[in-house]
Amino acid sequence: MKKLINDPEDVVDEMLDGIVAAHPERIRRLSGTGVLVRDDAPVDGKVGVVSGGGSGHEPAHAGYIGDGMLDGAAAGEVFSSPTANEFEDLITACDSGEGVLAVVKNYEGDVMNFDTAAELVEMEGTDVATVVVNDDVAVEDSEYTSGRRGVCGTVLVHRVAGAKAAMGADLDEVQRVAQKVIDNVGTMGVALTSCTTPEKGDPTFDLGEDEIEVGIGIHGEPGVERTTHTSADAITDELTDAVLHDLDLDEGAEVLTIVNGMGGTPLMELYVVNRRLQELLGEQAIETWDTWVGEYMTSLDMAGCSITICSVDDELKELLDEPVDTPALVKP
Amino acid sequence: MTEQTAAVKAVVRAIAERLEAEREHLTDLDSAIGDADHGGNMARGWAEAATAVEDLDDTDVATVVKTAGRTLMSEVGGASGPLYGGSLVFASAELDDGLTDETLVAFAETYLEKVTDRGDAAVGDQTMVDALVPAVHTFKKSIEVDDLPAIEALAKAVDAAERGVAFTVPIRASKGRASYLGWRSVGHQDPGATSTLFILETLLATTRERLDADLASSVDATSPVTPEEDPEA
Repeated sequence: MKKLINDPEDVVDEMLDGIVAAHPERIRRLSGTGVLVRDDAPVDGKVGVVSGGGSGHEPAHAGYIGDGMLDGAAAGEVFSSPTANEFEDLITACDSGEGVLAVVKNYEGDVMNFDTAAELVEMEGTDVATVVVNDDVAVEDSEYTSGRRGVCGTVLVHRVAGAKAAMGADLDEVQRVAQKVIDNVGTMGVALTSCTTPEKGDPTFDLGEDEIEVGIGIHGEPGVERTTHTSADAITDELTDAVLHDLDLDEGAEVLTIVNGMGGTPLMELYVVNRRLQELLGEQAIETWDTWVGEYMTSLDMAGCSITICSVDDELKELLDEPVDTPALVKP
Repeated sequence: MTEQTAAVKAVVRAIAERLEAEREHLTDLDSAIGDADHGGNMARGWAEAATAVEDLDDTDVATVVKTAGRTLMSEVGGASGPLYGGSLVFASAELDDGLTDETLVAFAETYLEKVTDRGDAAVGDQTMVDALVPAVHTFKKSIEVDDLPAIEALAKAVDAAERGVAFTVPIRASKGRASYLGWRSVGHQDPGATSTLFILETLLATTRERLDADLASSVDATSPVTPEEDPEA
């Protein structure tokens, strides 16, 4: 697999330097770590909102650093959690004294490293609240798994928590609205191809030319079902049904939808999917309040997409209407 | 540097050597049920920890243990960093007054508590907890109920951990990456329980060697791993 890289060992380091080079007035890197923060962190009088996880999901999470969203993000190696020390540095750098909300995706490594860091910084007197995102409806919480995975819905949690913090809310309130998103969002993804990690250089899993993997995560881990490749509409129907079944919305419910590309799928195809998604919602008398189409949380070069649906009430709509100014998401 | 500090540094060094020797063994175990990085992670992390504690001058036992834990936290990816390293950092506070029967028991209990809290795992989940719980409980009982010297309590704890590792083979994983395998995890020995056993075995062997060298028989029975201060330090 041809990749535009130098030494695979250096890829995350070089990417982080590249992000800072793209936004030198807005983002700085904590030396010797994979942590990026707002240039003006910690922001006086504001609750800090931070996130982090393995690399390979760009623009998540560093692309969401800025006004109205994240104060900082930690990047681990490709598909590996940042260390507890990095999370500690991140939380400390973003604490103005008002406390910090950590938005964590439900992966064992991320959760454990964040929890360890939180416990250590709390000993130093920083207030930390944590929310764990588990929006992937594909893998049910059962004895077979450690609960549902956190995927693209995480971006909405950043957005809402960041907006609430920017309005001057306290830590409890910021945590409350973040949890509200988590309680009302669901995501399901599909892969048309595997991803290829820089280190390995070969596809993580084999998928035949006529096969798709439904219910994939964002690390090339297996999905719930491998089936024969069909049409965009049939795939969209399957993903949408799974998310709607999980959310169990009432008629007339208002939602925000995301058609998210996994890294290797053209925008053209994402719009094709979105067309069918909106048709389906219309048929079920669900009102789309806002629509996002693009790459928000990827899996390196995997072809495929995920569909996220978030039920929104007046409070969430107000927060999602607040201005945001980050490399990956801008709303005046 | 006190004799105790030197002993703890020697233990960290010995664990690093042992885990380097077991690197492939642990990787093979992890390949069967996980992501095949446990051997490399543990060997690399402990090697860095050994280097870090070697560089500490004139310090106490708690600082050596805390430094080892901190290094593991920063060097070991995934869940192993907080489980092995973070737990050491938190438990190291129990050793502020040096190594005595009481502080060793408190250290072991805190370490276990941090691992079980962080990993949210219990005995029977096919994790490192399956080796750790019997080891810590046996250590505590051997000291507090059976009045054994710490070194003998540790020997019994290692035996208990070994039985715990064997116990992971026929059970099904319900925590950690192996839990995604469901029933396919049955029949596999847990890599975390195995590396935990290696660490405990090395702790025992290194302490024994040093005690033998110090003519352990003359050591005060109430604090068998508290040799005299080294006047040269």
